[in-house]
Amino acid sequence: MEKIKNLEELKKLKEELKSKLMINDSGKTVRIRIALATCGIASGAKEIYDFFISELPKRGIDAIVTQVGCMGYCYAEPTIEVILPDKEPVIFGYVNKSRADEIIEKYIKNGQLIDGILPKTFKSAIETPMFL
Amino acid sequence: MSKYRMSIIVCGGVTCITDNNAIIIQNPKQEINKNGLSEEIQVITSGCFGFCEKGPIVQILPENTIYVNVKPSDAYDIVNEHIIKGKKIERLLYKDPKSKEIVDNSGQNNFFKQQFRIALRNCGYINPENIEEAIAYNAYQALGKVLTEMTPQDVIDLIKRSGLRGRGGAGFPTGLKWEIASKSNSDIKYVVCNADEGDPGAFMDRSILEGDPHSVLEAMAICGYCIGASEGLIYIRAEYPLAIERLKIAIEQANKYGLLGENILGTGFNFKISLRYGAGAFVCGEETALIHSMEGGRGEPTFKPPFPAEKGYKGKPTNVNNVETFANIPAIILNGAEWFASIGTEKSKGTKVFALAGKINNVGLIEVPMGTTLRTVIYEIGGGLKNDRKFKAVQIGGPSGGFLTEKHLNTEIDYDSLINAGSMMGSGGMIVMDETDCMVSMAKFYLDFTVEESCGKCSPCRIGNKRLSEILDKITKGNGTIEDLVLLKNLSNVIKDTSLCMLGGSSPNPVLSTLEHFYDEYLAHVKDKRCPAGQCKDLIHYYIDAEKCVGCTLCARNCPVNAISGERKQPHSIDQSICIKCGTCIEKCKFNAVFVK
Repeated sequence: MEKIKNLEELKKLKEELKSKLMINDSGKTVRIRIALATCGIASGAKEIYDFFISELPKRGIDAIVTQVGCMGYCYAEPTIEVILPDKEPVIFGYVNKSRADEIIEKYIKNGQLIDGILPKTFKSAIETPMFL
Repeated sequence: MSKYRMSIIVCGGVTCITDNNAIIIQNPKQEINKNGLSEEIQVITSGCFGFCEKGPIVQILPENTIYVNVKPSDAYDIVNEHIIKGKKIERLLYKDPKSKEIVDNSGQNNFFKQQFRIALRNCGYINPENIEEAIAYNAYQALGKVLTEMTPQDVIDLIKRSGLRGRGGAGFPTGLKWEIASKSNSDIKYVVCNADEGDPGAFMDRSILEGDPHSVLEAMAICGYCIGASEGLIYIRAEYPLAIERLKIAIEQANKYGLLGENILGTGFNFKISLRYGAGAFVCGEETALIHSMEGGRGEPTFKPPFPAEKGYKGKPTNVNNVETFANIPAIILNGAEWFASIGTEKSKGTKVFALAGKINNVGLIEVPMGTTLRTVIYEIGGGLKNDRKFKAVQIGGPSGGFLTEKHLNTEIDYDSLINAGSMMGSGGMIVMDETDCMVSMAKFYLDFTVEESCGKCSPCRIGNKRLSEILDKITKGNGTIEDLVLLKNLSNVIKDTSLCMLGGSSPNPVLSTLEHFYDEYLAHVKDKRCPAGQCKDLIHYYIDAEKCVGCTLCARNCPVNAISGERKQPHSIDQSICIKCGTCIEKCKFNAVFVK
């Protein structure tokens, strides 16, 4: 990576990276975000992360799995967010391996929601128009 | 690709479940089956919507209509009117409490959201170990803007106008702090980030650093530009290995991209950031102690003035801000001071992150606009108290803060209202207590923390707090007197008045606020030798209710000291001289026959 030389270049890079992310978010790819902060890891989120990384290709699902920070639902760790193409993001709590399996088979493959999804309880400043 | 045309989502939060939720979920399922729609419509439960006052909540997807106060009998209409005929059921829609008008909430994603994330804006969205995701979400845009379009004084004025105050606890205006440091005359200055988060139960700063480290790095560079510093240091406790790891990765990536280091974005501005590790001493969160610790000295506070802004790290002007304060800065620069100042109360602007813990259903990390009431935080966002127990107190501000009670629940959270109510903002730990928590024991818990963490420099804190702890111990053991209560108060005030730093000066707060709000509970311990919450082991006894006991022998078989006797199928009894009050019998009894008195 070459150093970014000025603000113009940074703005250009931001737009490129953003549209790359957007394509991932709205395209045909499934996007999964797994909360891997200390609290999540302590409740087993790392194993869930590894489970998705190894299971998804085996089951023929094209997905981008990323680690993210704390989503705030400490009472329901491990928590993950799944974004299916053209769908609103859905947050799942208390994800253990059997639940992760259910998420792949029922939600990712068939779009069928499962019990215990977590309603998103916050709005982020990045969702305000001024920020985007 | 979805097999289902529509989904009915029923809130499965603990508060809603107690309100007939089990039937609410069963009834729509039956209605759906009756109409032969089970292939098209699915009914599922969800976690808490955080709007418990209006529960039970039912949400219809995909149009996202939200029904409130739903009763089991409403299932028929939801299925037959809404699902089949597509007509919304007006009586179940939310009505604005003031205008009494129906709010059609369909499609409004943020209808229920009392939380607003500024400091945590990117947490949960970006991969904290990938700078490219951070850049896609606006990281370093504020730094670029500041370096190319604004003078340092412009930025300082903007931060002042925004009304941002320090999030570490004391609430000092951030813009003013930067201005003082910028006016100090020196060739070398430093920017320090205080990541020595030490309040029991608090993890706001850790979560920011683990979820979005670039927001803090960017803000430190902005601060450096404003005050004329080219070096930043993050003082972080070694107990935060993941935060340290992610900060290291973030610093390395930012250096590689030219967003930190020499000649940032071609503007000629240099700024480098490195880490300093703390050993997890509470007092090192105090800025003078923090600086001494960074210099390799003892972590002890020293007298102010001189303030760090004049003479700080290595004797040079130093600006110290907390993690959360820094995390707000880029958002303020990009969105404007007026945007930030439009959120919050008159004197406290923006939002505050709280770590919500204790006897509450939705333990979690929350960020709410200043001015949100404690009731909203505890009963809606927090989902109310565990096991439907009665609220007793909430402790805010850590070992330096105070306890607030039922009568404070409508307090709008901001720096000044919390101080008026007898607590303080602190860094954001919020611990909820229920009727089974003994307030004398809680005061002792916080005090013991301070005794442990006192650096020992000043006698009021080193010796005074030890004495306070001994008196509290005496009271919880049933040996306290009325005179002890007077002594507690007097000694607390002496410690408050004569300590050098804020750790000592605020350490008796938990004692003073429990004395103020729960004096009856102290009296019960002292006069009646009784612990109303049933927590102080020396003051309670376990008994078996002969009416309720069926003689199953479960308690007797599990008692570790064989204090329980009785014939099979006959009421049992506990020998008080043997009982160690471990509570196993209460836990094991299936008939609620064991009680504490």
